[in-house]
Amino acid sequence: MSNSNLPNYLEYKGKYKGIFAWIFSTDHKKIGLLYLYSIMSFFIVGAILGLLMKLELIAPGKTIMEAKSYNAVFTMHGITMIFLIVVPGIPAIFGNFFLPILIGAKDVFYPKLNLLSWWLYIIGAAIALSSQFMNGASPDTGWTFYAPYSFRTQSNVLPALIGAFVLGFSSILTGLNFIVTMHRMRAPGMGWFKMPLFPWTLYGTAWIQLLATPVIGITLLMVVAERVLNIGFFDPALGGDPVLYQHLFWIYSHPAVYIMILPAMGVISEVIPTFAKKEIFGYNAIVISTLLIAFVGYFVWGHHMFTAGMSETSLFAFSFLTFLVAIPSAIKIFNWLATLYKGSIVLKTPMYWAVSFLFVFMIGGLSGLVLGAMAINVHLHDTAFVVSHFHFIVFGGVGFAFFAGIHYWFPKIYGKMYDAWWADTGWIVFFFGFLLLYTPMFYLGIAGMPRRYYDYVPEFHFANILSSFGAFIMIAGLVIIIINLFRSAKNGEKAEVSPWGGQTLEWTISSPPILENFEEIPEIK
Amino acid sequence: MYSNLSNFSEGIDDAFVIIFGVIAFFLVGLTAVLIYFLIRYREKKNPVPTQIEGNIWLEIVWTIIPIGLVIGMFYYGWMAWIPMMSDAPKDSIEIKTTAQMWSWKFEYPNGKKTDTLIIPIDKAIALKLSSPDVLHSLYIPAFRVKRDIVPGRIIDMWFEAKREGSYDLFCAEYCGLQHSFMTTEVKVLSQEKYDEWYIDTTAAVIAAATPGALGLKVLRDNGCIACHSLDGSKLVGPSYKGIFGHEVEIETKGVERTVMVDAEYIKKSIYSPDEDLVKGFSKGLMRSYKDELSEEEVEQIIVYFETLSKK
Repeated sequence: MSNSNLPNYLEYKGKYKGIFAWIFSTDHKKIGLLYLYSIMSFFIVGAILGLLMKLELIAPGKTIMEAKSYNAVFTMHGITMIFLIVVPGIPAIFGNFFLPILIGAKDVFYPKLNLLSWWLYIIGAAIALSSQFMNGASPDTGWTFYAPYSFRTQSNVLPALIGAFVLGFSSILTGLNFIVTMHRMRAPGMGWFKMPLFPWTLYGTAWIQLLATPVIGITLLMVVAERVLNIGFFDPALGGDPVLYQHLFWIYSHPAVYIMILPAMGVISEVIPTFAKKEIFGYNAIVISTLLIAFVGYFVWGHHMFTAGMSETSLFAFSFLTFLVAIPSAIKIFNWLATLYKGSIVLKTPMYWAVSFLFVFMIGGLSGLVLGAMAINVHLHDTAFVVSHFHFIVFGGVGFAFFAGIHYWFPKIYGKMYDAWWADTGWIVFFFGFLLLYTPMFYLGIAGMPRRYYDYVPEFHFANILSSFGAFIMIAGLVIIIINLFRSAKNGEKAEVSPWGGQTLEWTISSPPILENFEEIPEIK
Repeated sequence: MYSNLSNFSEGIDDAFVIIFGVIAFFLVGLTAVLIYFLIRYREKKNPVPTQIEGNIWLEIVWTIIPIGLVIGMFYYGWMAWIPMMSDAPKDSIEIKTTAQMWSWKFEYPNGKKTDTLIIPIDKAIALKLSSPDVLHSLYIPAFRVKRDIVPGRIIDMWFEAKREGSYDLFCAEYCGLQHSFMTTEVKVLSQEKYDEWYIDTTAAVIAAATPGALGLKVLRDNGCIACHSLDGSKLVGPSYKGIFGHEVEIETKGVERTVMVDAEYIKKSIYSPDEDLVKGFSKGLMRSYKDELSEEEVEQIIVYFETLSKK
């Protein structure tokens, strides 16, 4: 099967030429790469915005920009990173590329819908980013668009809202597509509980995308209606309730965190067994905990609003469930560790990323327990502690898993190997910079520095310096990683069919795969 | 770690120490196991892996034990919070607190107003919080207290300070341009000093004798100077320095014109700020102060502006 004479998907000549061969292709692999390139481009923008914030915060008072620009920068950093990068992120890139291969299919169930999702993504992104280039100020509400400030501000909030609305459809359609693909296209013999773990996490994610995203869509439309037509949903001046907005916003945006992190856990569940040369420990437990996270994750949104004014009963329930949702994640950690036990561990770049994922994900998750406790939350809510916590989860968790994934699947995607020395160097620099960037922010939060602060009191100076230095180091690591991959995709050595000895289906087909992955649909024993 | 500065801080810090202890134990323990496995089972040392499908007993153990632990952590977090949500004691000092873009206003039972919070030690303070514009959040890190202020509602919050001194008071909920400058202080005084300050009206007497001092006080008490500087520097709105009796370019309904800043103009700018907009500044940032500033207070402000233009 691997010695195919058919052209691989990169060489395949379709109806169109040049760039059109990409943007009109319904091949799931090309769509995966379209997402990879667009998401990476936005990621570089988002990272630069983040770096600018850290540069501003290196000293109290004005360093490089005015408060107005700072507010716009953190808003765009949030909108870009959340809506354009981590929400589509791993499912759109690796899900598109590898889901059909991992379940032994030739493509997703609806290839044209899949292409439409990418187009919607690009259109949504273009609308959201147009807010920067139109007359007037760029949005300054934070990515949360909290009412009533989002009605008061004169900045271009509308395009950002409409952009996020359109992006939601892209997410919903991808989710729908993946669910149907997994129900209908698994290879003969691949029962549900023989499906690899990465598809399983995509399955949990897809249901959240399908069921939770409409809530944010409607909410954003309500804000648009309120801004344009003066209908009073959320603005008390019009008889609305600002806290209602927060509920609706977090009913989506909390499950969205699981949209981000579940596929990341899936990637890690593929990488660790391969490099430990062992089957995964507790496959069933990982599947069940994935579904539990997807389910319980719907009922904890209130923990974003502990200080906003809720009834005692709601607070009790939200705090309690927040603690419980930690359990399935803990179970995953234990199973990953148990997979290493008595393994024969090879430490290569993807495994470095996977192991450091475990470490930063533990910090992110455990710091979440601190925030889940009612009394402590009152002190730490809306401080740098929260910012650090969710960067450990969203950037540490999703980001590290993404880099594990790209270094794991790179040989399959491009049929080339990357330079391992530079890849490892990039990892260690990035890892160190990441820790230096975010660890001081835990301290700052405990000391009482609120988030979204352009300026701060002198007591907070030292920790901010450390954090800003960390940002520079981390970005240096990122540059090394990206340049190395970019160069290797062009000039790397030819990759074998299975460079790491992985056991899943993608390692049985040629690198890079042929147009429809398999010459014959494999049978699973 | 322990601040011991308010009646709630000890309970909260206890909960923090307990929870932090548990998570630190897990982080260190699991990381140690991880590193041990990576070394002990590296390919060179252990070339042949042992396949293990799973172990149902282990799964049960590492589900049940963490459930017990998180319920314990939940309990400590919850119990430390219960006193905070209770109603303020009957004899507490009630202070009307207004959070507005981007300053704080405190009004005491006898009508005294300040822009910093002045309270006596060991006495329950009940804040009645409100906001005329957007969300804010009153946060005193040293006291471990925080409460979001939702416009359209009166929010209750209470605490007791346990040591004299000055502590930071921040706005913790993002509220626009000057969010990070919406800070002030809590001054905790001994009971005697507080009483002395509370009944002291000499400042007002002296003030009445100095031209403009009353007007300056009105500006301070209402948070005007958060957006309008006194020294000519440009903030959100035009500076007060040297405007009175000078010409200024404004925009009225899209038409630019030049007017002389006089008493009439000042009054209009306070009561309907968006009508005549000074060139270079944005609409919609300032609300009307019609219900908050009396004609008399506006007169006082004008007297103060006159002194600013003379210098």
